[in-house]
Amino acid sequence: MSDLQAQTDLFFVRRELATQEAPPAMTVGPAAWVKRNLFSTPGNSILTIIGIALIVLIVPPIINWAFINAVWTGTDRTACIAEGSGACWAFVKAEFAQFIYGRYPDAERWRVNVMFALLLLGLVPMSIPSAPFKRLNVLYLFIVFPVVSYYLLTGGFGLSVVETPLWGGLMLTVVVSYVGIVFSLPAGILLALGRRSAMPAVRFVCTAFIEIVRGIPLITVLFMSSVMLPLFLPQGVNFDKLLRALIGVALFASVYMAETVRGGMQAVPKGQYEGAKAVGLSYWPMMRLIILPQALKLVIPGIVGIFIALFKDTSLVYIIGLFDLLGIVRTNFADPNWASPETPATGLVFAAAVYWVFCFAMSRYSQYVERRLNTGRKR
Amino acid sequence: MKRTFLPALAGAALALSASFAGAATLDTVKQKGFLQCGVNTGLPGFGNPNEKGEWTGFDVDYCRAIASAVFGDPTKVKFTPLDAKERFTALQSGEVDVLIRNTTWTMSRDTSLGLKFAGVNYYDGQGFMVKKSLGVKSVNELSGASICVQSGTDTELNLADYFKSHNMQYNPVVFEKVSEANSAYDSGRCDAYTTDQSGLYATRLQLQKPDDTIVLPEIISKEPLGPVVRQGDDVWFNVVKWTHYALLDAEELGVTQQNADQMKSSDNPDIKRLLGVQGNFGQGIGLSNDWAYKIVKGVGNYGELFEKDLGQSSPLKIQRGENALWNKGGLQYGMPIL
Repeated sequence: MSDLQAQTDLFFVRRELATQEAPPAMTVGPAAWVKRNLFSTPGNSILTIIGIALIVLIVPPIINWAFINAVWTGTDRTACIAEGSGACWAFVKAEFAQFIYGRYPDAERWRVNVMFALLLLGLVPMSIPSAPFKRLNVLYLFIVFPVVSYYLLTGGFGLSVVETPLWGGLMLTVVVSYVGIVFSLPAGILLALGRRSAMPAVRFVCTAFIEIVRGIPLITVLFMSSVMLPLFLPQGVNFDKLLRALIGVALFASVYMAETVRGGMQAVPKGQYEGAKAVGLSYWPMMRLIILPQALKLVIPGIVGIFIALFKDTSLVYIIGLFDLLGIVRTNFADPNWASPETPATGLVFAAAVYWVFCFAMSRYSQYVERRLNTGRKR
Repeated sequence: MKRTFLPALAGAALALSASFAGAATLDTVKQKGFLQCGVNTGLPGFGNPNEKGEWTGFDVDYCRAIASAVFGDPTKVKFTPLDAKERFTALQSGEVDVLIRNTTWTMSRDTSLGLKFAGVNYYDGQGFMVKKSLGVKSVNELSGASICVQSGTDTELNLADYFKSHNMQYNPVVFEKVSEANSAYDSGRCDAYTTDQSGLYATRLQLQKPDDTIVLPEIISKEPLGPVVRQGDDVWFNVVKWTHYALLDAEELGVTQQNADQMKSSDNPDIKRLLGVQGNFGQGIGLSNDWAYKIVKGVGNYGELFEKDLGQSSPLKIQRGENALWNKGGLQYGMPIL
């Protein structure tokens, strides 16, 4: 008995759970995360080191230039020519109104503001899915707003006339890209339908138009319109430069739009067409109710891509002497009151930032719409 | 200034149609009530918008001078900013009434494009700028220097020709873009920088230390810049030409924007004729007799314009040089009003 007792005394019987040991140091915590994600292989380690080196080399100078050493206030170039001074934000501040309105007369600038406000008034409810009156809203954005803006900006009905050569800056960029977008969406859909039409004449005309316009660079068309077109017109007959640019941009955007929409229509299975016909729909109801909703949904990224490209392409109007945002920023480099080593870089960074804000907003919104409409494939 | 092939081609095509494009510009201008003037899209001191968006500059003020002569009001002018490539087409097609856009007067442009140069409002030419610390006072001391220059322009050729003909050595540092050449000079990669002299002064403003750089006095090529009108419209040609001369004569006679009114009662017959107190000279060019008075009253005389836009009162601080009056050692010579 005592043996047994002695024997059992040798055993340790644990009566409670063992306290948990900390995991090995290199498998948890920041160190492990770093090892797993940044230094998992020699190749990754090298890439990490190069990456960090680049960040150290690039980021502090940029921050120094853009913020710490930047010149925020000043009345002319003398503020920005001090040795080692960074970005000349005072220049952007002084010319800001011009960057937005171009040379639009001071007293009439409220008209541009009203135009921007009217645009927002249409766009905001349009982009919120639960807002009512979508049909009226579309009507407003595609017809009422352009017509009202036209009279608002050019004059008429008691407003003084402001000629288009005075337009410029962000306002011109918005006008050109908005006209491009508003014209290209319906025109592109019609061209796409035309190209897939069963009627040979319609198909031929649409195909020829698309292929011809797509085969020429936009810059060439703008250039031709400003250098060659006046040669063919009788003296005294002058197309407004802005009108030439708008026509060029709108035509271009529509053919690219047409090809994108056509891609979407081709991705709609044949069964959908046959099904639509089987329930007795004729051509237009079939397109409107069955095919286009599916086709357009498929090509939202493509369409938004065109809008973004269009927004940035508007800067090409600079070559025909119209001063959009980028153009007016560049023109102001020549202002002897503000010429300094940092002026051009500052102006370009400002323009880039404005373009980025617009394009990024469009891109995020399109992703939201995609997610919302992606009902058929969502899991 | 760069000369490109395209405007020559476009111009040649247009020279054919220039005859119909040449009808009575003065009447058209009077009728529409303003002058349409083609200017540079942005060249400091010559044609550039200021921060309020108003056009300023020497060429721009010439447009205002013509508007003053025709309407007695320097504000009755509209500006069309033009690219180097489209400028001649714009003039020939009637889009602008006069082109004052630092355009170099050359034989081919004067004779085969269907255009007429109405004078030289600025004698430009290729010049050099160097760091003051080099102690160089003249181009001839630049032998052996490294020189920043833009590639593919007349500038590069002129530079080579000049140094070859003067038996000097140099080391070209060639750049594709003006801005690159600019920053190379600024960072000390070359001893000197060469381009058109008016451009040198503008470039100098973008340097870290503009005051440490001087522009050498010599110019090695001829770049006479002037206002251009359509060929075949002599009445309008006269208006532009004599606006230029009136600006020069006013400076020579000491008539300024300030004293123009007092000067009307001057005894000097030259001044009397200039200001239209005596004679009917204005009618000869289809304007009122006090046309020159209106010009001086509206914008000032040549010297005043130069000082304001290019000279010591401007950021550019360009010396008069060749653009001084003929009796002050320059080339600007106003034909007598007689």
